[in-house]
Amino acid sequence: MKNKSLVSITDYSKNEYLKIISIADEFEKQSVQPIMQGKVVANLFFEPSTRTRLSFESAVNRLGGRVIGFSDTLSSSVTKGETLYDTIKIVSSYCDLIVMRHPLEGSARFASELTTVPLINAGDGANQHPTQTLLDLYSIYKTQGTLENLTVFIVGDLKYGRTVHSLLMALSQFKTTFHFISPDELKMPDEYKFYLHRLGLDYYERKELASGVEKADIIYMTRVQKERFSDPIEYEKTKNAYVLRNKMLAGTKDNLKVLHPLPRVSEIEQDVDLNPKAYYFEQARNGVYVRQAIISAILGLK
Amino acid sequence: MLHKKDKKMEVSAIENGTVIDHIPAKVLFKVIAILGLDHIDKPITFGTNLDSKKLGKKAIIKLSETFFIDKDINKIALVAPQAKLNIIKDYTVVEKKVVEVPDEIIGIAKCVNPKCITNNEKIVTKFQVISKREVQLRCHYCEKITNQENIVII
Ligand SMILES: [Zn+2]
Repeated sequence: MKNKSLVSITDYSKNEYLKIISIADEFEKQSVQPIMQGKVVANLFFEPSTRTRLSFESAVNRLGGRVIGFSDTLSSSVTKGETLYDTIKIVSSYCDLIVMRHPLEGSARFASELTTVPLINAGDGANQHPTQTLLDLYSIYKTQGTLENLTVFIVGDLKYGRTVHSLLMALSQFKTTFHFISPDELKMPDEYKFYLHRLGLDYYERKELASGVEKADIIYMTRVQKERFSDPIEYEKTKNAYVLRNKMLAGTKDNLKVLHPLPRVSEIEQDVDLNPKAYYFEQARNGVYVRQAIISAILGLK
Repeated sequence: MLHKKDKKMEVSAIENGTVIDHIPAKVLFKVIAILGLDHIDKPITFGTNLDSKKLGKKAIIKLSETFFIDKDINKIALVAPQAKLNIIKDYTVVEKKVVEVPDEIIGIAKCVNPKCITNNEKIVTKFQVISKREVQLRCHYCEKITNQENIVII
């Protein structure tokens, strides 16, 4: 994995996912490990994303490395019209690793092919956000003890949600049975269903969340955003159908955990937070360990 | 079958060169652009809006003293998948070829996604061809799929 950029979740193999998970586990036990001394990470955030940026900064700090960069384009040379090409060419010579977030899709692939140092994609528009997926995998692994043969319910916006598509691609390496629960307008795109079909994996599609979650090992909730609906009345009618309430968790499996990439709006009622099956806040904390693992694997330190 | 009169009009013979036939009339200018024919200084004859049973209206291009390597000519398969080539030597057809969509397309087409980096910065586009019959291109950068009907030639 040394020097191997992480642009899309499919850039890494199943074994590489497992390697990241096992390194992340080490960092969870002992988070402060100053193995990155003298190394510099350039955090290039062409659009603001405070949580992701802080998570990377925290990871580098706990590894004893230094962070340079910018957190939006207002204060950087990008506002002066510098191309991404030029920015990346120059920054490459200032650092050992680039972490980049950019509003345009494909920007991370483009940048990774220009740099002389490895690059981690921290989100390129609606395309990919692979470190989120790896932290989802880590969270699932930790709570279930395995990634193999799980039953995973994915709820909400399955059409536009990039985290959902990447999670599907990654989990499909582990013989997952999927249940997709969404309104008609936001169904899982056919290309992903064909992909599962070709792998011989079972999937089920449904419109109702209210019942039938007894089989789930994982419920992965996502936001259903108003702007995704062509008809606002349709949104008002459907939004409450995809809200998870504590009473819906009665009769579910003991090992069930509820995940959400956060921030949530109203799709998980607060009464779920107190249920031990709620895992989304721990999931967010895992982000730092997983990013420590990715950074140290790419720099060849682990 | 063509009438005698049409036949005469369409096959004004060339001594050596290439005849590209069965181009849908509406993509003739795209084919010209893809092959860069506007930069060739050899004699070229174009015919367009000719009746064709298969294509409705077709176009034909005759190029004297010009030959293509497969890699270049296959690029036109994106817009003219049924195109046929006749290689002419000494007024005789010595070889017939059909075009084939390549596995990878570099340049030529535009990514359908307006938020793609290739539509916002000066970058040569690159696609993996994921379906050849009904052409589907997956952008190497943004990973979005451009379908046949959305293919725009740069
Ligand atoms: Zn693209």
